[in-house]
Amino acid sequence: MTATAVRPAGPAPSDLPHGVAGMPFAKAINAGLRAALASDDKVLLMGEDIGALGGVFRVTEGLQAEFGEDRVVDTPLAESGIVGTAIGLAMRGYRPVVEIQFDGFIFPAYDQITTQLAKIHFRTAGRIELPVVIRVPFGGGIGAIEHHSESPEALFAHTAGLRVVSPSSPQDAYTMIQEAVASPDPVLFLEPKGRYWEKGDVDLDAPVGVGAAARTLDHAAVVRPGTDVTVVAYGPTVHTALAAAKTAADEDGTSIEVVDLRSVSPVDVPTVVASVKKTGRCVVVHEAPTFHGVGAEIAARVTEECFYALEAPVLRVGGYHAPYPVAKLEHDYLPSVDRVLDAVDRVLAH
Amino acid sequence: MIEHSDELVQLVGPDGEPVVSEANAPYRERAARYLLDGPEPDAAAERLRGLYRDMALVRRFDVEATSLQRQGELALFPPLLGQEAAQVGSGRALRSQDYVFPSYREHGVAWTRGMDLADVMPIFRGVEHGGWDPAAHNFHIYTLVIGSHALHATGYAMGVQRDGLVGTGDAARDMAVVAYFGDGATSQGDVSEALGFAAVNNAPVVFFCQNNQWAISVPTAKQSRVPLARRAWGFGMPGVRVDGNDVVASWAVADEALERARSGGGPTFVEAVTYRMGAHTTSDDPTRYRTSDEEESWGRRDPIARVRAYLEKYDAWDDAREAALLAEADELGEHVRTTVRAMDAPPASRLFEHVYATPQAQVAAERAAFEAYEAGEPVSSPFEGLLDSPATTGGNR
Ligand SMILES: Cc1ncc(C[n+]2csc(CCOP(=O)(O)OP(=O)(O)O)c2C)c(N)n1
Ligand SMILES: [Mg+2]
Repeated sequence: MTATAVRPAGPAPSDLPHGVAGMPFAKAINAGLRAALASDDKVLLMGEDIGALGGVFRVTEGLQAEFGEDRVVDTPLAESGIVGTAIGLAMRGYRPVVEIQFDGFIFPAYDQITTQLAKIHFRTAGRIELPVVIRVPFGGGIGAIEHHSESPEALFAHTAGLRVVSPSSPQDAYTMIQEAVASPDPVLFLEPKGRYWEKGDVDLDAPVGVGAAARTLDHAAVVRPGTDVTVVAYGPTVHTALAAAKTAADEDGTSIEVVDLRSVSPVDVPTVVASVKKTGRCVVVHEAPTFHGVGAEIAARVTEECFYALEAPVLRVGGYHAPYPVAKLEHDYLPSVDRVLDAVDRVLAH
Repeated sequence: MIEHSDELVQLVGPDGEPVVSEANAPYRERAARYLLDGPEPDAAAERLRGLYRDMALVRRFDVEATSLQRQGELALFPPLLGQEAAQVGSGRALRSQDYVFPSYREHGVAWTRGMDLADVMPIFRGVEHGGWDPAAHNFHIYTLVIGSHALHATGYAMGVQRDGLVGTGDAARDMAVVAYFGDGATSQGDVSEALGFAAVNNAPVVFFCQNNQWAISVPTAKQSRVPLARRAWGFGMPGVRVDGNDVVASWAVADEALERARSGGGPTFVEAVTYRMGAHTTSDDPTRYRTSDEEESWGRRDPIARVRAYLEKYDAWDDAREAALLAEADELGEHVRTTVRAMDAPPASRLFEHVYATPQAQVAAERAAFEAYEAGEPVSSPFEGLLDSPATTGGNR
């Protein structure tokens, strides 16, 4: 049984006005977590260093002091343990929101996530729901040492039973984290760590959809309308796509429509298809390797649905079929505005 | 039957006084070569000055690296400050044929293996993922994923066993394997699995756990309700607790464990009780989770000051020696500084190198596309040029 309702936003943190101008991304997630903790006492946070330290990125800063050690829990150093116990807690009616410290450290929990968390609803014929959220700072661009810059979303999107989402702006981060917590299905919540310090306006009263009404978990957003080329992105690359669209418009008047997927599983196919039917051209951008990646799924789907509208093959811009490189080379690896524009030029050349 | 004890092995106390007890007698005997109140004080003083030098130089390296990070020359650095005795003591108990799997803070062990400490830096400068040849000093590259390498060490030891390099009695051949990790790592499933595999295989491996009291902001009490060494007992292997700020005791306990491994006596777990005197890494701010009282109380147990006090008590140290050591430390600092500053980013082609051991079509195609893009040449498909020449084997039949 799935509740379907739009509930008002949780009580806004008392020290903040309800509309906040220039709120950093990390703070917006913090505010969303705070609202979720305040509105449902079954919500609890678990992870490494999320208590007194507030997480290595300070996303959970102040939450243990406010909600106590029972609800904001510093766990032993064991990712499989974190996700595995979250499953048990969820079976007892709790709504665990767990943090994996970095993308590259999720793999000790891979079995628990893909084989247990994602499948128990199916295996019990719907008798057990597991509303677990797994928050993961992901992606590169911060000059880190290895295992701290990866984009493993395709590995999880390939797993049925798991939702995989990534916000691209502080407002979406604020709303999406609350909709993820309210989701009866497990959600892998990928936070673009390179954008944690970017600021945006956040309406703390924005409605939070529960269950099937959770708009941000199912609906892509056209974040910049355009007519010539559709650029599909999510998480950290939405910003890159928007910058490319602006440059293209300024330089030669090319009109790029940017679609922010928000969710990579499921994909909001109708929004993407409507855009590509209009523009006839499509470029997909993500940091993860393109080989067997999310872009491959989008390209296949767009080709199937928009074949007669397409003026050019769908192109992908993303990481290479190689492990994430050393920090000094990451800007050669990551999709840049230039590489997006190059792909845009190539689809326009057809 | 293995006898288990929680007793902390200590041979030199924090004030530099020798510690003599019934319980530590076997270790005093084993470590006689370093004891100034032992049978051969002059030779012992010479050897102990060697350990003191190791620790002082390693600390100098650590301070230099931390300041290089502050100057923007390194992306990040994990200091070993405070753990010099545990690392140098255990490292100096190794033989050249032993093989080490470090975590990411074992700069002191690297030093004892004879590595140029500047070679530790490419990882932290962001120009290499490894940075040195593991075979050169039987010192594997750093592992950042907590606990994984405990299994690698165990498997490596199982290989050593199969190669017949255990229990031959030939000191130049018998070999031990060591995995270094922290208190936090003991919570990882991989570490428990490693203990299990090592025990049932009687593998020649030593698990050297530096309990530095913290896993970033999480105190050891949140990883375990019992001393970490006890974890080993349930697996059926000795688990020994040693004062990790006592270099002589650390040497003795490691020496015993290594000897057990090399002679075919199987694995040992060592818990070296120490303290991370600095931040977790240069990105960390310990004031958020621990008190300055705690830091000061451990500061009084500084492992280097302890050896210095011990040497001075026996008139085995003087100003001339101190001056010479400082000069040597300055030289090391200078060497590290200039070497690090000269470390350039690798060419972008490195993105695609060594992904596989054999040529691989996907990598080759993406590399070609990348190079064309960089050269400003048009690329329509990463497979351009390859499409007209299908693979000669396994193609159309
Ligand atoms: C699998 C995994 N999870 C999380 C991390 C992030 N992390 C890096 S160091 C660290 C704490 C390690 O503590 P400990 O094992 O005590 O070693 P110490 O750093 O104290 O030497 C954590 C959580 C990681 N590197 N790998
Ligand atoms: Mg530790």
